[in-house]
Amino acid sequence: MTPEEIINPANRVYARPRLLTEANTHYCPGCSHGVVHRIVAELLEEMGLENRAVGVAPVGCAVFAYNYIDVDWVEAAHGRAPAVATALSRLNPDNLVFTYQGDGDLAAIGTAETIHAANRGENIAIIFINNAIYGMTGGQMAPTTLLGQKTATTPYGRRADLNGYPLNITDLLAQLRGTCYVTRQAVHTAAAARKTKAAIKKAFENALAGKGTSVVEVVGTCSSGWKMTPAQANDWMAEHMTEHYPLGDLKNE
Amino acid sequence: MPKVIGAVTVDAMRCKGCELCVVACPTHTLALKSNDVNDRGYHYAYAADMATCIGCAACATVCPDACIEVYRVIEK
Amino acid sequence: MEEVRLMKGNEAIAHAAIRYGADGYFGYPITPQSEVLETLEAEMPWETTGMVVLQAESEVAAINMIYGGAASGKAVMTSSSSPGISLKQEGISYIAAAELPALIVNVMRGGPGLGTIQPSQADYYQATKGGGHGDYHLIVLAPATVQEMADFVALGFDLAFKYRTPAMILADGIVGQMMEKVVLPEPRARRTQAEVEAQCPWAATGRHGREHRNVVTSLELDPSRMELNNERFQRTYAEIEANEVRYAEYYTDDAEYLIVAFGSVARICLKAIEDARAKGVKVGLLRPITLWPFPKTRIGELASQAKGILTVELNAGQMIDDVRLASECRVPVAHFGRMGGIVPNPNEVLDALYNHFPEAKP
Repeated sequence: MTPEEIINPANRVYARPRLLTEANTHYCPGCSHGVVHRIVAELLEEMGLENRAVGVAPVGCAVFAYNYIDVDWVEAAHGRAPAVATALSRLNPDNLVFTYQGDGDLAAIGTAETIHAANRGENIAIIFINNAIYGMTGGQMAPTTLLGQKTATTPYGRRADLNGYPLNITDLLAQLRGTCYVTRQAVHTAAAARKTKAAIKKAFENALAGKGTSVVEVVGTCSSGWKMTPAQANDWMAEHMTEHYPLGDLKNE
Repeated sequence: MPKVIGAVTVDAMRCKGCELCVVACPTHTLALKSNDVNDRGYHYAYAADMATCIGCAACATVCPDACIEVYRVIEK
Repeated sequence: MEEVRLMKGNEAIAHAAIRYGADGYFGYPITPQSEVLETLEAEMPWETTGMVVLQAESEVAAINMIYGGAASGKAVMTSSSSPGISLKQEGISYIAAAELPALIVNVMRGGPGLGTIQPSQADYYQATKGGGHGDYHLIVLAPATVQEMADFVALGFDLAFKYRTPAMILADGIVGQMMEKVVLPEPRARRTQAEVEAQCPWAATGRHGREHRNVVTSLELDPSRMELNNERFQRTYAEIEANEVRYAEYYTDDAEYLIVAFGSVARICLKAIEDARAKGVKVGLLRPITLWPFPKTRIGELASQAKGILTVELNAGQMIDDVRLASECRVPVAHFGRMGGIVPNPNEVLDALYNHFPEAKP
């Protein structure tokens, strides 16, 4: 068979999800956000949730998530997405409410909102992209920046005595009785991305079933902030990030 | 033994040339167009060796810009 | 049906919210307003009207819950007192910028800082001049009675939804804590989801078959479009200023001297005025009910007939700025205030009046 014969809709095994808008994302080439956005759009479509999903966008690189996934969105103040999602969920219990947050948003300025929403067991799914850096503002230290990692505000590498330790907030969230599912995944390979999709699917199912808060951390990359090519960033992530942020389920009840 | 034949298309205008699909492709089907750029200045990905494609969709699964479509037929 | 009860102002707010058909309340304890949350938790409206009540982990979280609830078109409110209201300013700015209806109650205590738990009116600037960042206004209602505490819940929600902008009940600790007779309004049913979506076609309710997605955001990076947003906000504010000024007047027909005071202080001033009138002093009272929009036109008119204006406030002199602007220097404007939780009595008010305007003294 020639490629021309193969390339017809009957044989298509993967296409751009319908719930991704036509807009080109503002993300840098190779950004993990794009992969996770695509996964979320696929799931909302496959799970038939486009009419009752409400996303809560963060402040950070994903601030414009609402331009890319074709469901209702609320753009929250920095770190406040879990509080915004709390009310959205409690006042609209039939909806799927999910937050999409970065490490600065979720684990620094929004730590209190994150922990208390999870501790109350709000029926929401929290998608947490941890790339260990503030991408939007130009590559400053994040709460999750690794020791020794160079950023715009740790130009000689993060030092515990100056900057404290990388915050493994997902481990903390797994300790809370309000969380039902806490997992750490990645999207650097096709296999990893498929597992992330399964994890977010479970998180959405839990929220719809009223089981409490689910947290899916996706250990991602920031090739611009890390000053690497996307492929190098994936390799660096697999080699260094997963040591402090090991992949896998932390809690699955 | 059934044979799997695949094909991919890349939306060259949407591609940002990040190369993650090229790295993910197990059959070295994809490459970046080193002598051409799209409207936004990126060396976009393309199927340099379509005959090798097995339609596994690894490329599309890691693509941050959802610009790859994958096709597959199984020849008995 | 209506019900006559004896209760605190804070309790009246809670009962009025349930009877209005509010969809949600999100708050955090702080003296002197904690009875709002306590009353709602005790009434358990989620069992009757379906109203959601939640004690948040902070004022910051509570105001962002309001933002989220309002973003889905629901009638939601929060309450706090001065230090907590400072924490809410970020969220209030976002709510204003996202053009969301919401009701915020501030039962003021003395500041600055942790200050005191006693009554104050020192958040006048914060409430009427912004508070958070950016060019925005709140509709600010100043209740003087427990009855108005109840009534302004409905008024605040109605105005907030009419103009898609947050409204604030700016009460002082006196009116929050004191008990009075109050007529609670007839209960209204909460809006159905269909009614919410019809009233708020912009809300993030879930698409429910809508052709386009709704996005609630305050972000607009294109400066020309951000300016258009701001111009739209200002048009709304101009409309509110044209339509929604509210005030009450007492003994102003022949007043040679005018006292301007809001909230519970206006009641003290009214007693002072009655004492002065008994001695033949022609003094009247204007009580702004909306602090924003401010009754500047009426104060300007009264300034033309008066020999002097005294503002009486539980602060160092904040509303006096607006009174001076409204009077356009046609008449001397003086301030009398007590701070830090001290409340003046009517004699002190009159002493201040005669001090500033000796010719008024009988």
